[in-house]
Amino acid sequence: MATAVRRRKSARRQRLEAAINYPIDWLEERSGLVGGIRYFLFRKVPSDTNWMHTLGSATLTAFLVQTLTGVILAMYYKPDPNSAYQSIQHITNDITLGWLVRGMHKWGASVFIILLFFHMARVFLFGAYKYPRELNWIVGVTLLVLGMLEGFTGYLLPWDQTAYWATVVGINLNGTAPFLGPFLADFLRGGSEIGGDTLARFYSMHMLLIPGLIFALIGLHLYLVVRLGVSSPPWSHDAAGSDEAHREAATDGRSGLTQPSARSGWRRNAGEGE
Amino acid sequence: MEPQHGDRPHLPGPSLYPIGFAAGVACILVGLIVNPRVIAPIGAVIAVVFGFLWARDATKEYRGVPEPIEPERREVRPTAEAAPVPADRGEAAMPEPEPGERFPRSRFLEASTLGIGGLIGGLVTVPAIGLMVVPAYVKQGYPDVDLGPLENFTEGKWFVTSFSMKPEEGEVARRTAYIRNNGLLNGDPSFTIISNRCAHLGCPVQPNGPVQDNQRKEVKGSSDQKITLIPTIPAGGFGCPCHGGQYDPEGNRTAGPPVRALDRYEYEVRNGRLILGNPYSVTKVKGEGKNARIHKYKLAGPGQHVDGWEQFLYPLQPPH
Repeated sequence: MATAVRRRKSARRQRLEAAINYPIDWLEERSGLVGGIRYFLFRKVPSDTNWMHTLGSATLTAFLVQTLTGVILAMYYKPDPNSAYQSIQHITNDITLGWLVRGMHKWGASVFIILLFFHMARVFLFGAYKYPRELNWIVGVTLLVLGMLEGFTGYLLPWDQTAYWATVVGINLNGTAPFLGPFLADFLRGGSEIGGDTLARFYSMHMLLIPGLIFALIGLHLYLVVRLGVSSPPWSHDAAGSDEAHREAATDGRSGLTQPSARSGWRRNAGEGE
Repeated sequence: MEPQHGDRPHLPGPSLYPIGFAAGVACILVGLIVNPRVIAPIGAVIAVVFGFLWARDATKEYRGVPEPIEPERREVRPTAEAAPVPADRGEAAMPEPEPGERFPRSRFLEASTLGIGGLIGGLVTVPAIGLMVVPAYVKQGYPDVDLGPLENFTEGKWFVTSFSMKPEEGEVARRTAYIRNNGLLNGDPSFTIISNRCAHLGCPVQPNGPVQDNQRKEVKGSSDQKITLIPTIPAGGFGCPCHGGQYDPEGNRTAGPPVRALDRYEYEVRNGRLILGNPYSVTKVKGEGKNARIHKYKLAGPGQHVDGWEQFLYPLQPPH
């Protein structure tokens, strides 16, 4: 069979391939998106990565589940002290599939935080936070804090006794921070006492402010992962990361940004380099 | 312009048909108002005819046999004035800058873009962030609350009194205080009014003793708000359900995590009615009832020390 001539593609198959490729080529020619996605998804990774390396993607998936279910729950929830509790009861008991989506959001919140900690433990135990990935560790810890703020602000929204008093305690806990604590507590409450503004405020933070920050930081997190490459496990014999991670000239990127570069008019005009 | 290098424009040339099409649509719209029977159909005919012509014109190139397109070529044509500079000579080969020019236009444009952009960004962002932050710190305070006639408060008895700080906000503004009429002190009525907000982290403290719910009284306060009075016998003082803080009947901390005594309210008597004033913080109370000596401090949040060295951790309180 080694000498068998490769069979010519039938005309029908050629037409089919052309029909499939045409829209892809059309998009690629105009946007470069196809190549960009290939660059993002089909990266080289060390040969001995294992399932532990999927925890970050799992966390991202959990966050996307929260986003989707949260957006849809927001279509039925009413962030008003006199109707918030009733609207939650309505979602849970009356609306078709409401119980399911609310349950996904409620339990998914815990799944998200648990996966986040597992991911963090993996990064710590594999030493994947070390040079040159320190910045990504910092971004990740910020994401952890924002994730917990999501938990804090989301906990108030059912507006039942547990939610209310847990939030009272949580806000007052912030109030005991030295110096700025009393101001922080007032900021969270939107005043000196809990009221209708507090609920609307938490709702806005929970579904707009904090998720926006989280999305931005996930973008930065992934950018750094793609740029620096996936680290090998500690027992690996492979070199870790991509070539980009080991560039020697660390100052290339800011050429001309903070100081005159060789080619900028600034330097020439300042009379240097003569 | 004469096409160069045998280039030909790839896009269909300009066409007047869209204008006719638009005129037809306009004629339909006008006709719908003026005369739907005659003018609108005329507009429809115009629009259809020109639409057809436009479509035919625009797809002219795709029908019939496509002509092969020659690849575009760009030749580097030497200019008359200066020879190309070899890359390895780089900066050295650049012409000398004009003397005296220290701040070229590009840097000016860069700075002005950043400056104006920052200014516009600030004009938008500062008020928005201000709306998020500032209202939490201004127009705060505790309104006077009318708790009804003094006669409802039997002398020597405790009442779980619930009222609304802001009746217009509804149930969310409902607060509770434990009130005892201490009788007359130097001819004036004396009251002990203890806030139910735990000095640990703000949970509602409960009386350690029976609450006589069957003797509940409802009183009308100002602006028709409903004040509820329930007699209670806090023989064991007050206790917090959240983290177990315990207080004696005067509000002194006896056990658990609270950092001071229970807060109290100022009060006054107007026209025979009890008026609740501002809350304040208390470290300890010596004595009982009308003879109590209260160590009074400016209101602080739960969990915040107001005395001892820890008070310096909270040097500033937001305005209340």
